[in-house]
Amino acid sequence: MLTDLRATDPSPSPRDAFTLRRRPPSERFVDLGFRQLTLVLASMVAIVLLGIFLTVFQGAREAIAQFGLNFLTTSGWDPVNEDYGAFIAIYGTLVSSILSLLIAVPLGVGTAIFITEDLMPTVVRDAIGLMVELLAAIPSVVLGLWAIFVMEPAIRPALSLVHSLLGWSPFFNTIPQGPGMAPAILILVVMILPIITAISRDALNQVPIELRQGAYGVGTTRWGAIFSVILPAAISAITGGVMLALGRAMGETMAVTMIIGNSLNFDLSLLAPGNTIASMLANQFGEADGIQVSALMYAALILMVLTFLVNMAAQVIVKRLSLRY
Amino acid sequence: MATQMTKPSPISYSNSSLFDRRPLHFDPSLKRNRLNQLFTTVAGLFASIAVLPLFLVLIYVLIQGGKLISLNMFTELPPPPGLEGGGIGNAVLGTILVTAIAALIAIPVGVGGGIYLSEYSSRGWFAQFVSFGNDVLAGVPSIISGVFVYGIVVSTRFFFDQSYSAMAGGIALSVLMLPTVIKTTDEGLKLVPQELRMGAYGVGASKFVTITRVTLPSAFTPIATGVVLAIARAAGETAPLIFTALFSPFWPEGVFNPIATMSVLIFNFAIMPYEAQNELAWAASFVLVMMIFAANILARWISRMAKV
Repeated sequence: MLTDLRATDPSPSPRDAFTLRRRPPSERFVDLGFRQLTLVLASMVAIVLLGIFLTVFQGAREAIAQFGLNFLTTSGWDPVNEDYGAFIAIYGTLVSSILSLLIAVPLGVGTAIFITEDLMPTVVRDAIGLMVELLAAIPSVVLGLWAIFVMEPAIRPALSLVHSLLGWSPFFNTIPQGPGMAPAILILVVMILPIITAISRDALNQVPIELRQGAYGVGTTRWGAIFSVILPAAISAITGGVMLALGRAMGETMAVTMIIGNSLNFDLSLLAPGNTIASMLANQFGEADGIQVSALMYAALILMVLTFLVNMAAQVIVKRLSLRY
Repeated sequence: MATQMTKPSPISYSNSSLFDRRPLHFDPSLKRNRLNQLFTTVAGLFASIAVLPLFLVLIYVLIQGGKLISLNMFTELPPPPGLEGGGIGNAVLGTILVTAIAALIAIPVGVGGGIYLSEYSSRGWFAQFVSFGNDVLAGVPSIISGVFVYGIVVSTRFFFDQSYSAMAGGIALSVLMLPTVIKTTDEGLKLVPQELRMGAYGVGASKFVTITRVTLPSAFTPIATGVVLAIARAAGETAPLIFTALFSPFWPEGVFNPIATMSVLIFNFAIMPYEAQNELAWAASFVLVMMIFAANILARWISRMAKV
């Protein structure tokens, strides 16, 4: 064996007998080249991220110089007089995402509990889990189409009832007449529910079974264990998921654009048409020119910063608040 | 005995009031049990509400869109506003083309980046920065990716002095696919047992050969699942395409011209006041949802094949 190798080795010496095979330069070159290639490809993430920020910031500079921070608090959007303020869009983005979250969180966490607890046969629970995942796969534009032609006409009587009962309050004092903030909030609920459900389900599944057994051992009931042991143990991951859903809701474009009404007038009423940053971009960016493009870029920058902060908060919450059990 | 009963010790097993030894049984009228019933009902109700939209959307897409599906739908162009008939052939083709461009960009870059993170980086500051950046990129709203590509490709007329193009749309979608592909590759490779790599090095394979012949093939299933899901997601995206790929009422004219896609067609035609256009929007929804569900089933099938 040893002699055979010596015979094929071009530079026979006593040491080479034990290294068996030298790495030819071509192999080392391929190895190094592949490493550098993957390094470059991995850097693409950073480059794209930086590119997005710089592109949007560069585009927004003119508007930032002209409107400053007043852009955030004024609500004029007047292409004729070239006067822009994004207050309506920022307000709409925050209100629609936060209100949809308030509805979606109990629904999503409740669904997650329902499919992680053994309340139903596994087949039923798996089926519900699968359906929620498929719901997440439906494109937002299809949900928007459905919202325009099916959901909004269907819920209009209910919204009219709300108006007749609570019409005295400034939040419900417009007659619902089609697109508006309320249908947009409901379609956002449909869009973020799968995220909250999926993340909560994973979080609940990861709670060690000993915690549950301990809770049952000291004599609590199923829901006693859920409320005082299992949910607290999973709360950091669930909160992280809720924050991710909030980020998604703020950036959600298509379904909201199609149903929110894209109003440029401020209205406190949830039954009136509204606007969000994302839907303003979707509607106007293609046809805008001059300072309007810059103003839209400024709004995009605000949206980016908002979603960035929310996503950061999600990561910090998951890392810092996780219980040590 | 009777005298001892008057002074019960803490560990008395007699019939004292301290340790009431009633037989164990379930009393549904207890407050805690009634509350349990209530919460279980509420959770069941919430789960039903959560799946309700899926059913309603699917029923309408199947009925409204399915009834319009015929061969003409795939071979004809959309009619001018106000006219009847026509099809969505150009949009079906456009969606496939733009998604393919996105996949051709995002898969090599994403798999390469994932390989770097998992196999080369040893989790230093740069790798941590890249995975942090990946999470940030995953959270960037899809419309922002459209604004970005508009800024660097469309407004600069980057490709042969063309502004809106299928290429620009594909690039915008690839930005959205990239984080998913990197993440699934990284996590899939991390699941490969260390012994496989050591075995490969042991028989003298170089790192490149180990990765391409051993590590990557054994992580094929999770990576393929993630990639298929990322493609399905990209195919339905609309926001990044509105002002990058734009729309075209004609058949695709190469990758450097504006192109119709099903998602933009749904958006444009849904808000038109013509019934023919609205119907085409439903038909496009049907085709799009079917394609996306097929991709989801394919992804599930791939991951199930591996478990067996």
